[in-house]
Amino acid sequence: MPTKRPHSAKSAKSRAAKSARPAKAAATGPSAKIGPIDPNLLRPSAAFPPQVIAEIHRAADQGLYEIRGFGTKRKLPTFDDLLLLGASVSRYPLEGYREKCDTNVVLGTRFAKKPIELKIPITVAGMSFGSLSANAKESIGRACTAMGTSSTTGDGGMTEEERRASKTLVYQVLPSRYGLNPDDLRRCDAIEVVIGQGAKPGGGGMLLGQKISPRVAKMRTLPQGIDQRSASRHPDWTGPDDLTIKLQELREITDWEKPIYVKIGATRTYFDTQLAVKAGADVIVLDGMQGGTGATQDVFIEHVGIPTLPALRLAVDALMELDMHRKVQLIVSGGIRSGADVAKALAMGADAVSIGSAVLVALGCNRPVHVEEYRALGTEPGFCHHCHTGRCPVGVTTQDEKLQARLDPERGGRWLRNYLSTLTLELQTMARACGKTHVLNLEPEDLVALTVEAAAMARVPLAGTKWIPGQGGY
Amino acid sequence: MQIVDLAQSNVRTLNQRLHDLPRDTNERAWRILNPRGAHAVAVGLNLAVEIHVEGHVGYYCAGMNKEATVVIHGQCGWGVGENIMSGLVRVTGNASQAAGASGHGGMVVIEGDAGPRCGISMKGVDIVVGGSIGNFSAFMAQAGNLVVCGDAGDALGDSLYEADLYVQGKVASLGADCVEKKMTPKDAKTVAALLAKAGIKADVARFRHYGSARKLYHFHVDHADAY
Repeated sequence: MPTKRPHSAKSAKSRAAKSARPAKAAATGPSAKIGPIDPNLLRPSAAFPPQVIAEIHRAADQGLYEIRGFGTKRKLPTFDDLLLLGASVSRYPLEGYREKCDTNVVLGTRFAKKPIELKIPITVAGMSFGSLSANAKESIGRACTAMGTSSTTGDGGMTEEERRASKTLVYQVLPSRYGLNPDDLRRCDAIEVVIGQGAKPGGGGMLLGQKISPRVAKMRTLPQGIDQRSASRHPDWTGPDDLTIKLQELREITDWEKPIYVKIGATRTYFDTQLAVKAGADVIVLDGMQGGTGATQDVFIEHVGIPTLPALRLAVDALMELDMHRKVQLIVSGGIRSGADVAKALAMGADAVSIGSAVLVALGCNRPVHVEEYRALGTEPGFCHHCHTGRCPVGVTTQDEKLQARLDPERGGRWLRNYLSTLTLELQTMARACGKTHVLNLEPEDLVALTVEAAAMARVPLAGTKWIPGQGGY
Repeated sequence: MQIVDLAQSNVRTLNQRLHDLPRDTNERAWRILNPRGAHAVAVGLNLAVEIHVEGHVGYYCAGMNKEATVVIHGQCGWGVGENIMSGLVRVTGNASQAAGASGHGGMVVIEGDAGPRCGISMKGVDIVVGGSIGNFSAFMAQAGNLVVCGDAGDALGDSLYEADLYVQGKVASLGADCVEKKMTPKDAKTVAALLAKAGIKADVARFRHYGSARKLYHFHVDHADAY
């Protein structure tokens, strides 16, 4: 519903012109004598800054929560608050450009007959066809295949295009069960049972009517054009004991061949991780609150869940407590953007990372082209979170034929491949500097924190001290 | 007739044998003895075989079934015939929760009663229940038919999409956006055909039809109390 502006630009201009008049014009009427107030004299409210006021006005106009895409925009403790300790006298580095630093990782070694081996520990997270265009999905498949890593389906089933384009494809089993079928289960390379995602742990997916095209509607058995709200709970199991039996069923259907991942949104991560391991997961996928979404309530994105940094520490602790660290692999996602982020996540104990939002950015999301179309959405390149509208100016998160034609899968695949290569090179650079012949040899001892908060959450010492808040009695 | 005694064998061996059957197999008639509440019995079948399970089973029996006929001569646990694509799953006794959950096609017949959430998230399957069903049945049901010869528990058809629900007995309450609809001659014909296919006798004239009011298909400020 469009929000009517209370004042037009013209009237504002006219008010400004009037306010510039000398005070003697006051005799002509009260409105003529009041000029603009010096902004330095205005006291902003910390409780009601302009964005809060604008949101209350919007809520009053529309009577509905704000729904948007992308991830949290608030400032959080992140991997940026950690630093790696490069080698010097006490540690010996590898030759940066010559000596080998391996990046391969094997996932699903616990129960699966056919674990998957990836050349790099950077995977692409589940994003649905529906939320993303077919060209975006194909671009991801092409890039992942070229880089020797995996991509993941999403809430809405598997498309032929992505199966064809992806050498290693992870098939999600979600609460909605849209498009779920045993044929796709048998032809995937790994199964991911999605309990939740970092942007909205405890909430179901959402796809607004403008993106429910005839093809998306058919795949999901839904009427075309409705505002689709996915279930937040699985239909046929409720607790961890049931999940154990559900995983057993999926293994039986696929003859115990496929690795089974369990994806959790970061909240009570310690217990969730342990329960998922107990239920029989081969791999835990942990999505922190910085994880993106195609469409979710803003209040959910910003106020539910915990950041990736503490969640990762809790998950690794949970695995170590069970003596399952490295036996059940841990993939972490939510706010991974650079090779430095990857290196720090691995050093904290992850086996691999997963990226979603950064993939979309690599495919052109928020690129400063078609600027007038960003403005038509009420935003600017660099600030766009309008995935939910289906009017993505760069053809990534849309079902509109004309818009999605702007993303050529070959070119998109090349961009993403370049980006994944860059992440890998950055990761290797940092691992070599720390003296590691394999990126999985990075360890917590290689990390320090820049802030007290990050030190407490990641449980690594504050830089220059031996202090880890909460340990040693203080 | 292939006979597998689960007191001597196990579910893994059974399922692997069934999955390994070639499409032109002659081994199309199977009896499973002593299931003793085992989970995931005869799941992921992918061809037209007929399986009789002689006894009670646990969760997810005949899950994701395609083409096969699976008859459970006993009671069954959660999610019988979950995500069924085609074929027939029949339970001669009672079924626990989430019978036929998210089924895309084929038919699930419960000759006795079915527990809560029967037909939850169904996407095209036909479910016929000889007895009654529990609460929250057909929650978010998207397509297909649910025919209930007995009563339905609370919140029938909550957040329903395009599935059709037919109940002969009492409905404790309807869920959000589920309303009673006219029982047209076409509906009566559908119910009669499904009952006949399921082999369950009932008086079609006594069934009432429930479906989606379609008021929750789009977010609207005045529906906040239903979200």
